[in-house]
Amino acid sequence: MINRVVITGLGVVAPNGIGLNAFEHAMKQGQTGIAFYEKLKELNFGCQVAGVPKLEDDLIKNYFSALTLKFLKSSGIMFGCIAGMDAWKDAGLEPKLQQESPDWDSGTIFGTGLSGIEPIIYAHNMVDEGKTRRLGSSIVEQTMASGPSAYLGGILGLGNQVTTNSSACSTGAEAIAMAFERIKDGKAKRMLAGSCDSYGPYIWAGFDAMRVLNRNSNGNPQFASRPMSASASGFVPGAGAGALVLENLESAISRGARIYAEIIGAATNSGGQRNEGTMTAPNPIGVQRCIHDALKVSGVNSCQIDAISGHLTSTMGDVLEISNWVKALDREGTSFPFINAPKSMIGHCLGAAGSIECVALVLQLFKNFFHPSLNCEDVHPQIAEKIDPAKIPQQVIYHTDFEIIAKSSFGFGDVNCCLIFKKWN
Amino acid sequence: MTEQIIQKDIHDKLKIIIKPYVNDENVMEQLHEETDFIKDLNINSAHLVDIILDIEEVFDIEIDDESAEKMLTVKEAIRIINEKITDRK
Repeated sequence: MINRVVITGLGVVAPNGIGLNAFEHAMKQGQTGIAFYEKLKELNFGCQVAGVPKLEDDLIKNYFSALTLKFLKSSGIMFGCIAGMDAWKDAGLEPKLQQESPDWDSGTIFGTGLSGIEPIIYAHNMVDEGKTRRLGSSIVEQTMASGPSAYLGGILGLGNQVTTNSSACSTGAEAIAMAFERIKDGKAKRMLAGSCDSYGPYIWAGFDAMRVLNRNSNGNPQFASRPMSASASGFVPGAGAGALVLENLESAISRGARIYAEIIGAATNSGGQRNEGTMTAPNPIGVQRCIHDALKVSGVNSCQIDAISGHLTSTMGDVLEISNWVKALDREGTSFPFINAPKSMIGHCLGAAGSIECVALVLQLFKNFFHPSLNCEDVHPQIAEKIDPAKIPQQVIYHTDFEIIAKSSFGFGDVNCCLIFKKWN
Repeated sequence: MTEQIIQKDIHDKLKIIIKPYVNDENVMEQLHEETDFIKDLNINSAHLVDIILDIEEVFDIEIDDESAEKMLTVKEAIRIINEKITDRK
């Protein structure tokens, strides 16, 4: 039996907005979440700007007990739990009480790139000082790869699959793809799909060393992330979490849940680090196949895609991504769909990117708007010769009538993910 | 301080340490000598490690592994804390 999969809940902790209302407002206003980061300057980073969600203590206290906060050091797990709990509540669902049975029909696939650098550093220092016995009981749960899903599974009382996936910068989209497949196959009624990542110099140093981060906008953080621009010169690191409640249509209708959108197609693959593909660069054939595969699952024709939320990181990879979309959809110039780059506002949230950006996509589809792609007045000439620059909105577009929006995410390891979302009518 | 006052002081401090680890406030109200941390207070057994660290900090003592394993009730905890404080003197 093949089940249709719809989205009934959303939650987000993004650099430019915490919670759906703030995030939607920021997208419509084209507000950046990127700011100067003093610590990066002190540590001689080339890139000294970043997109980090700012959580107030009063807000954090609404989500965690004093005991949990006594031990919780991982910013990624904190972001993930807040987004996940918000999405669950937004879907009209309640966490199972301590004395209740778990919800056997609900699970989570909640990915991360590296959920908690803070507890790793803490443990590293304590161990080196010979204080292992003073570490306490909560280091393992915060440093194991599956920390985010383990925390959320416990908070919500989930009894179906509870796991964490990791595929670099495609992690968030991949979590949604896997949750989609699980529900479609009838193995779960509901899956909380999402991802999170922690922040700070120890996470970003390796990228700075690779010289893939923007280095020439430290004095102008709002201009640093410029996907598809001729002057794009590297991505801006970010952090946060996004979460979506995926549910089979029957269950959503039977409990009268609000439906944001339907997921009609998903595909994941790898370019195998062959041909032009490497650890860090995609094999174009892999990307195009991934888009084709997602379209095939969805049953829609490439000409039905109204808009694309790109991976588009503000690097040289943007030109290649546009070229891949043009080839995969067999559409160019004025017949190319609208396209925007969420990273122009929030930077590249790494493992959290795909899920935050899918929350953005679903809100745009549901609320009929399309956010501006910031800092792209000077469209890269190699992009402008393939697609009509008017397809890249400089201002927010209201009253859109988009039916289908595609999302792509790519990651180190030459991994790809493509998702197809359809408006719920 | 008399022996009785010392005992009361340890008991009160211990109660403050344990409180955050207990979900049910009612059982905390009924805390008595025989109260078992896991069976009666439903404390997650992994957290016993954290409680011992908190005790070490508050009372400025060190609790060896052998003693730690015995600290499963209020009575035993108070006895061991008392013993370690005396040793320290």
